[in-house]
Amino acid sequence: MRTLLLGLAAAAAIALPARAETVTVAVTAIVEHPALDACRDGIRDGLAAAGYKDGENLKFIYESAQGNPATAAQIARQFVGEQPAVIVPISTPSAQAVAAATKEIPTIFTAVTDPVAAELVASIDKPGGNVTGLSDMSPLADHLALVKEITPAVKTLGVIYNPGETNSVALVARLKELAPAAGIEVVESTATKSADVQAAARALVGKVEALYVPTDNTVVSALEAIVAVAEQNKLPFYTADTDSVARGAMASIGFNYYDVGKQAAEMVVRVLKGEKPAEMAVEFANGTDLVVNKKAAAAMGVTLPEAVIARASKVVE
Amino acid sequence: MTSIAFWGAVELGLVYAFVGIGVYLAFRILDFPDLTVDGSFPLGAGVAAVLITSGVNPWLASLAAMVAGAMAGLVTATLNVRFKILHLLASILTMIALFSVNLRVMGRPNIAIITQETVLTPFYSLGIPDYYVRPAFVGVLVAVAVFLVARFLSSDFGLAMRATGANQRMARANGIDTGVHVYTGMALSNALVGLAGALFAQTNGFADVTSGLGTIVVGLAAVIVGETLLPSRYIALALVGCVLGSVVYRIAVQLALSADVIGLKASDLNLATAVLVTIALVLPRLRGRGSA
Repeated sequence: MRTLLLGLAAAAAIALPARAETVTVAVTAIVEHPALDACRDGIRDGLAAAGYKDGENLKFIYESAQGNPATAAQIARQFVGEQPAVIVPISTPSAQAVAAATKEIPTIFTAVTDPVAAELVASIDKPGGNVTGLSDMSPLADHLALVKEITPAVKTLGVIYNPGETNSVALVARLKELAPAAGIEVVESTATKSADVQAAARALVGKVEALYVPTDNTVVSALEAIVAVAEQNKLPFYTADTDSVARGAMASIGFNYYDVGKQAAEMVVRVLKGEKPAEMAVEFANGTDLVVNKKAAAAMGVTLPEAVIARASKVVE
Repeated sequence: MTSIAFWGAVELGLVYAFVGIGVYLAFRILDFPDLTVDGSFPLGAGVAAVLITSGVNPWLASLAAMVAGAMAGLVTATLNVRFKILHLLASILTMIALFSVNLRVMGRPNIAIITQETVLTPFYSLGIPDYYVRPAFVGVLVAVAVFLVARFLSSDFGLAMRATGANQRMARANGIDTGVHVYTGMALSNALVGLAGALFAQTNGFADVTSGLGTIVVGLAAVIVGETLLPSRYIALALVGCVLGSVVYRIAVQLALSADVIGLKASDLNLATAVLVTIALVLPRLRGRGSA
């Protein structure tokens, strides 16, 4: 009997190694908006799935800087003072504030597009410090492949973006590197404010055979203006974010931010189990959600291949 | 509140003390409600970050940030003095224009300088923890600024500037060139705000175009909290009050951040901060009434 109990205790000790104590994970975002909130919820649920439950063996702290980088700096100091096991900053300014506040506490950032340019990590493969994390870089190769699959005849792709947004500038530069391999030429058109988006789309008519919009806040906010131009001129219109498809774009492959949060949680768990951020390569968000819009396709003079519709995780009628 | 969080709040309060002093100069000395600061803060941060990343000495970069801030102040002053545009509107025009200017200066909305050499780098290797080094360093700069601004305001030129703000018509009748004093005061005010931006970028490792949001509110809060906590007719003490007010404001934010235990949510932060600042403003008054 005694050996049995001891055996059970040993088994419990093996199965639940870190359960005896509570670990603290501190999460902060620059601002509260649907995508970033979904990301935060993904982190909490991802941690729960790995056995770290909020209120039981996990203390989950969350603070929002309410859009103010100075407050983000204060939250970073606050977290460092509380000495959590891991800090998880969501967005670039929050991550930079945390990275400046501590050189010791493991930090797993998420929803940062270009962590090398933001000086959060020395390189993607070898971060080198106490900071690593998850980049929400768009799956641009998948986007080009999708363009080729649905509209194989497209040779020139018109890209509309705001040159004032860091993420967009980085994305378009990368897109231009990848496009030649897919046999596509990228033609740029810029809009610095949402009122200029329609003119930027019109400027591409006659020069390109399809339109594409990256995850650009300015352009996405004026998406309907491009939809109108695309439909009038029978131009297939692709976007980088899946939400825009319901608003009239034709097709997109992307990730949702809840899954981004869950993926970040996996990295947090690895740190909790003893891995060092310095050795953990930066990961990229997995984008697999294919969303297509049949009505938009018809208006743009495109017949969606059956294979694409069958594979789509969501079809807008 | 942990000591790291406390010293972090003090550090940020001291950085924003330059904004407090700048706003005091415009708002109290010149009687000029100046929203330019929302643009000159990120301008200072951006100019310093761009120069630092291109290898310029960080002290020179900070000085350039002050010059850039001064230029912004001069634009507002020109619109008001030369072209007779209402002071508030003149400053709003400069502020919105500066957003585009900042994007041009920086070339992108966010520049990281975490790994670059800053004015603080030599002090990090003294063996004292970073969270003490930063407030101590910024505190010394603030003390120097308070001393210099107080000296300036008690000089003949400074007295004429105070007369300009107190009663412009009277000042002019006494032979003061009020235009020159508005130009100088606005340049000095925004130079200090530009320096605050440069120090923010260097203590936090990044410059961001959005960091100017609400700078005027923080500056005004510093001035008014300072006046309540340290009511004085002496300029030097009023300036110390601005510093004190700025630090108290940040400690209020820090308390609001720690207020989760009483059931507040992250989104309640701004409200909690406002309530705490209100309490700081009202308490001395209640006490005063009690004793009277």
